[in-house]
Amino acid sequence: MSRRVVVTGLGTVNPLGHDVDSFWSAALAGRSGVGRITAFDPSGMRATIAAEVPDFDPEQYIERKEARRLDRYDQFFWASTHQALADAGIHYEEDDPAALRAGVVVGSGIGGMISFQEGIDTMRQRGPDRVSPLAITQIISNMAAGLVSIRYHLYGPNSCVVTACAASANAIGDAAEIIKRNAADVMVAGGGEAPVCEFALAGFSQARALSTRNDDPAHASRPFDLDRDGFVMGEGAATLILEEREHALGRGAKIYAEVAGYGMSADGYHVTLPRPGGGGAARAMQNALDDAGIRPTGIDYINAHGTSTQANDSTETAAIKTVFGDYAHEVPVSSTKSMTGHLLGGAGALESLVCILAIRDGVVPPTINYETPDPACDLDYVPNEARAVAVKTAMTNSFGFGGHNVSLVFTAHS
Amino acid sequence: MKRPEVEAKMTDLLVDELGIDRDKINMGARFEEDLEVDSLGVVELLMALEDTFGVSIPDEEAESIGTVGQAVDVVMQKLEG
Repeated sequence: MSRRVVVTGLGTVNPLGHDVDSFWSAALAGRSGVGRITAFDPSGMRATIAAEVPDFDPEQYIERKEARRLDRYDQFFWASTHQALADAGIHYEEDDPAALRAGVVVGSGIGGMISFQEGIDTMRQRGPDRVSPLAITQIISNMAAGLVSIRYHLYGPNSCVVTACAASANAIGDAAEIIKRNAADVMVAGGGEAPVCEFALAGFSQARALSTRNDDPAHASRPFDLDRDGFVMGEGAATLILEEREHALGRGAKIYAEVAGYGMSADGYHVTLPRPGGGGAARAMQNALDDAGIRPTGIDYINAHGTSTQANDSTETAAIKTVFGDYAHEVPVSSTKSMTGHLLGGAGALESLVCILAIRDGVVPPTINYETPDPACDLDYVPNEARAVAVKTAMTNSFGFGGHNVSLVFTAHS
Repeated sequence: MKRPEVEAKMTDLLVDELGIDRDKINMGARFEEDLEVDSLGVVELLMALEDTFGVSIPDEEAESIGTVGQAVDVVMQKLEG
């Protein structure tokens, strides 16, 4: 009998909240998490705004001695994973045999970018003998998976996906497949990013990817709006606990949703630009639907990649129309990046969490800052206000530089 | 610099740079066993000692440091030497 995968725990730290409940109420209220950058003085940068996690205190989750050794990205993922495991009611002692069947897949676009920048600064300014012995462990993207396996005694499959802004969507899909092929019963799946530093901001700015609406931060991330001018960098993490269905039922776990479909494709076109017409994105969506065994009209909500760049939003719209046909104009599509900014590698996990909460509560969060329609973006983007919708099935899209396209389908558990 | 001053600075450094609880620190405390300083932490400690006291401690000499008091000894030798 084929193994099914359900979601039994959620956690997040992001610009709208330090936990699932505060995030969700802010998202449904349509609040923007974007402001002028506080992590450093951004004067002189093309973009001076970001969606930062305000007042994050890692010592709420991590002993001080340990916390100071970690990159901010690792701290975020540690925190969201702590929350998710607690939510799922999962706890392994060091010698628990069940821990051998519990693993981790994390996704991040660039890993410890702040530590990378600091390490290079130190080396240039003070010499190689002053580079921290922790520099490498702070930088590498996979360390977040290693860290939570150490802290929470997760001794099963453990890996990391680095597919830019599709990374944590891949992490969830890959983790689900690990459970399906019976290599684990429980998987911690998700990802994060902590990119708010001069180097990352400069790099994305030079790629002309970022919004420069610096004088009006709260309205800068405006997916699908005619006047969109780029994405707003965000930070944070989200974690889902995935569990084999019978395993979850057997322990009487609360089940949020089922991971029903996972689809991937490559654009095979350009390093940053999506393939015109959205053929690659469309194939990822279709593959996810096929994997789930659901027809397009069976999808009740789409959480779009919706970055607020000119190219993504029109191309993704075209791709949705390719897959969904006339129904594309009926299904609600929203981009929560309008509020959270773009968590890069963490986005797919956070937006999966949004789909799952939409299923749980029968409400979909809005696309805020939607003011002026774009003829190239003509779907129902749930403008500016949350909407009650009976969501039994939801899809989320994540597309990464390099042409990585990922779609996931979640369904209400029955 | 007198020994009590070096000891006080050493304590501050262990608290501020390595995140060790102040009340665990005494001159007999062993870095590995009592303060849970791992191999990476030892390198951090050496760097911090060099920055704080303006001395240079080669890895060979660092191997003789097992306790907080022994770290103070090495620093005192360097300062007096």
